[in-house]
Amino acid sequence: MKIKPRTFSDYATIGFPAGMLMVFFVIPFGIMIAVSFFQRVQGAFYEPAFVFDNYARFLTSFFGGILGFSIGLAALVAVVSVLLAFPFTYILTRMARRTQVVWLVFLLSVLSLSEVLIGFGWSTLLSRTAGISNLLVAVGILDKPMSLSPSFGAVMTGMVYQTFPYTVLVLFPALSRLDPSLVEVARTLGSGPVRSFLNVVVPALRNSIVSTLIMVFVFALGCYLLPQLLGKPSHWTLSVLITDQAIYQSNMPFAAAMAVFLVLVSLSLVAISLLYGKKENAA
Amino acid sequence: MSGLVFDSIVKKFGEFTAVHETSLTIPQGKFVCLLGPSGCGKTTLLRMIAGLEAATAGRILLDGDDVTRIPTHKRDFGMVFQNLALFPHLTVGENIAYPLRIRGVSKADCLAAVKRLLDLVQLPDMAGRPVSKLSGGQKQRVAIARALALEPKLFLLDEPLSALDAKLRESMQIELKQLQQKLGITTIVVTHDQREAMTMADLVVVMSQGKVHQVAPPVEIYRKPKDAFVADFIGSTNLISGRISGSGKLAVAGGTLLADDLPATGDVTVSVRPENIRVTAGRGDSTPGCLAGEVSYIRDLGASIEMYLSVAGQQITAITTPSDRPDIAAGDAVWLHFPKDACVVLGDA
Repeated sequence: MKIKPRTFSDYATIGFPAGMLMVFFVIPFGIMIAVSFFQRVQGAFYEPAFVFDNYARFLTSFFGGILGFSIGLAALVAVVSVLLAFPFTYILTRMARRTQVVWLVFLLSVLSLSEVLIGFGWSTLLSRTAGISNLLVAVGILDKPMSLSPSFGAVMTGMVYQTFPYTVLVLFPALSRLDPSLVEVARTLGSGPVRSFLNVVVPALRNSIVSTLIMVFVFALGCYLLPQLLGKPSHWTLSVLITDQAIYQSNMPFAAAMAVFLVLVSLSLVAISLLYGKKENAA
Repeated sequence: MSGLVFDSIVKKFGEFTAVHETSLTIPQGKFVCLLGPSGCGKTTLLRMIAGLEAATAGRILLDGDDVTRIPTHKRDFGMVFQNLALFPHLTVGENIAYPLRIRGVSKADCLAAVKRLLDLVQLPDMAGRPVSKLSGGQKQRVAIARALALEPKLFLLDEPLSALDAKLRESMQIELKQLQQKLGITTIVVTHDQREAMTMADLVVVMSQGKVHQVAPPVEIYRKPKDAFVADFIGSTNLISGRISGSGKLAVAGGTLLADDLPATGDVTVSVRPENIRVTAGRGDSTPGCLAGEVSYIRDLGASIEMYLSVAGQQITAITTPSDRPDIAAGDAVWLHFPKDACVVLGDA
């Protein structure tokens, strides 16, 4: 039975977290929204105003294209991460407890690496002089070592590397709670291991997969260092441009407008997915 | 050789032996219950038949063919799991059609099969329902229908009725038995409920601690238990130990009992079911097959009367019906009659 909070003191327990959210999230976000309508002053900073110039400038095909690329990249990273992490996590949850702990500690330590370390690590690994192309030459696949970075593949590799441990950790609880007899019954009914994975495990965890996709997507949308370190300028995301505008061009109002737009886009994508999920659950 | 044969099968999990070396034959078309307390290895034995556990040693043969190394999904045995394991993302009809669909059976044939199976388990017109909307008994029937969709050679059930309430369980037991008789399919059910085993089985396999104690029809298991474990696990019993004192005679504390199949000499234990002991008031002459005792306590349950008696320091329980109730009360001296065929000599457990 659910007990509804009635008096003021019932709500008091959430006072502290609500206060923290207010001070560190809602107020800064409000300031950002306000700034996005301010007027930029050339050679100085900005002054309070209420203009739509910043949003109008954003609606050019150049920034629209960047926005499209950012969303596409984040979506692709999310899909690739989940495609890799889901079978991996499934196998991991079927292993001995000790093996699971070792893997989870390892993945957590990868997660603790900063974006800078991951970026420089991969740019070294993908370089011509010290990279893995030298290994491919040694094996005989390549004729001579080549540089694999900067490229779209390098950006994808770095971002998937960064999001993979996160994806595994998000999927792990759902997969370890999955009733193992569902797979066993599929086997007694004539499904081989791969077919029972696709027919039973994936559909039974459809909701977890969708919510993980959303989380990884949002996580990847905010990424701005890896595209700079591993990609060409054409692979830069909106986050890179926001940083550029805010820090190097001193155009805070325009940076704020882009940030607000990015938040709105990702929020609406999440909302659409949640609505879709809800409809499916209700059916 | 027709039927299912275990040939010296052993299952170990690391150092722990779940099933000790077991050889067993289950004839074609029989309804068999694997009966034992939890952790006795009965489920492991069933899972080995299904191929969900690999045998550590030994072979499993079906109709003479070695199936020990065949993977589960190629065995085509129907199995019902303890938690039923219906696919939550599929409807009733899709659940039942699943084994047919993955074999490429056409949609029309699948629909016909689903209809036939749902009629068989008495759930007509339920094909379109999501499984989450079913009651416990309905889920049970769907799981049974799904396991039977392939017309398997073996029908395996792991504690299939344990989630149902007592009344529904009893009716499902009878229904399951009738279904099996109709289909004539070799059926193996794991259960820890001896009443369930008695109700359904043609053959009961009593197990404990990874060993098979006795394989026999239910009535024989009850009337002629092979050892003390079986006698005690199936129903309740009085275990009386004594020493052979002549042909067919057994010296026990407080007198002499008569029994068939006694060995020539040595110490033995006999099992006497409480309902086979007749109690009369007063004292009689000391004759073989009768012991003198004293009433410690009488428990009148209405339909039956349990008498707790003390015979030469040993507790003996006897049960009688209201019409045969002797006129006795706690503290009275009584005379206990042990019929010769009620004293079953037990072997070593």
